[in-house]
Amino acid sequence: MIEIIEKANKEALEIIQSGQPTLVGLGLAKEVIPGMEEDLFLHAGPPITWEKMSGPLRGGVMAGLMYEGLASSPEEAAEYAASGKLRFDPCHHHDAVGPMAGIVTPRMPVWIIENTAYGNKAYCTLNEGLGKVLRMGAYGPEVIKHLQWMETVLYPVLKETIEIHGPIDLKTMIAQAVQMGDEVHNRNKAATSLFIREIAPSILKTSFSNEEKIAVLEFLHSNDHTFLNLSMPAAKATLEPVGKVKHSTIVYTMARNGTEFGIRVAALGERWFTAPAEIIDGLYFPGFSMEDANPDVGDSCITETLGIGGFSMATAPAIVQFVGGTPKDAVRYTTSMYEITTEESRAYKLPPMNFRGSPTGIDIRKVIETQVLPIINTGIAHKEAGVGQVGAGIVRPPMACFEQALEAYVNLLEDEGLLEE
Amino acid sequence: MSIKDLFGQDLEVINLGLKSFHSDLKTQGVKSVHVNWKPKAGGKKNMLNLLSKINKVKKL
Repeated sequence: MIEIIEKANKEALEIIQSGQPTLVGLGLAKEVIPGMEEDLFLHAGPPITWEKMSGPLRGGVMAGLMYEGLASSPEEAAEYAASGKLRFDPCHHHDAVGPMAGIVTPRMPVWIIENTAYGNKAYCTLNEGLGKVLRMGAYGPEVIKHLQWMETVLYPVLKETIEIHGPIDLKTMIAQAVQMGDEVHNRNKAATSLFIREIAPSILKTSFSNEEKIAVLEFLHSNDHTFLNLSMPAAKATLEPVGKVKHSTIVYTMARNGTEFGIRVAALGERWFTAPAEIIDGLYFPGFSMEDANPDVGDSCITETLGIGGFSMATAPAIVQFVGGTPKDAVRYTTSMYEITTEESRAYKLPPMNFRGSPTGIDIRKVIETQVLPIINTGIAHKEAGVGQVGAGIVRPPMACFEQALEAYVNLLEDEGLLEE
Repeated sequence: MSIKDLFGQDLEVINLGLKSFHSDLKTQGVKSVHVNWKPKAGGKKNMLNLLSKINKVKKL
């Protein structure tokens, strides 16, 4: 006698544990992302209209329109976005993920990650670095110029580099990084270093000029978050097949669009359960405060959904200097996440937790029973379009997302006649 | 043991519920451990009802 839910969750966890996220190449969004079209921009989080978009999402869309050559000024871009000529869809509906605003436009280069155990792919743009960047809602001339450099120099060099190198096993790289002080959400220093060490010889073997190779290496070296845009699609590729496991209560998506937080649960397929996104408790850059903060935004909490990121903060004590709290808090956060998860990762082992595997497989039943919400560490964007990042901190999803999902799940069991009278 | 005997010796307290009880005891130098405990589903009746329904799922 096997209980339906336990059997389903066992299947879901086996999918997560045996996933093999592998970097297989790069391409342009319009050429490789399923369903990507010229009049479509992808964004972070659950579905949203231009009217309801917060500042950073709007800023990202405006930057995207200027980058695509569809507008020549922020005013023209805002007018174009509101005209109805442009369609919007979540990254998650196209096997993609995007940090912060998560805007993906047709011309943007993307990493291609394949989960070689299950054959599905995931896509993510290349990380732009820190400062004034599209993902934080900035749209000044320097933002557009940098995106153009990424398309014309960074992308072709990296594309040829990966062709020369061959596929890169991201699961092993993440497993190494979490033993080197990263949790691969807001701290990617070790993972980025490992990645550069892996690909540097292949960069040198490409057909590009020394100036271009040096520029690429210097950019990768300058940006500790290079690996974030690999850890995110690695998590997405690992979790996506879970969304097809019937009757499983495991969460396979958490994402925010800056207005709402949304989750998706395996048994309930592609349906989103949303509630207003929270303001983040964190450390603000000089001159900024909570008053300036936009609510929680970005697809990057796909890392927490997998059990890394905030769930594995114990392994990244240095991160508290960026997001707030103490190393003791980081251990406490990780310890509490075992309360709401199903297994411990067989791959991602955390030294400060005596090499316990990271807390894996969020179960909506456990979240409701214990009232312990997932912990997420995150960047904070300014609420106005055009400004950019103002800090970083800790946030949790609204409980309402999990309550709605549990209700829908019970309705599903009732509809299928699976509950005893 | 009678209550009188209990309070006649050094107290070692395990506190459940309001953390202020634990904090007050600590202030007075009493050995106290606070247990991070909440009632199931935060005591929300609708959520408890849903959880009890899930427990009635049929066996395969």
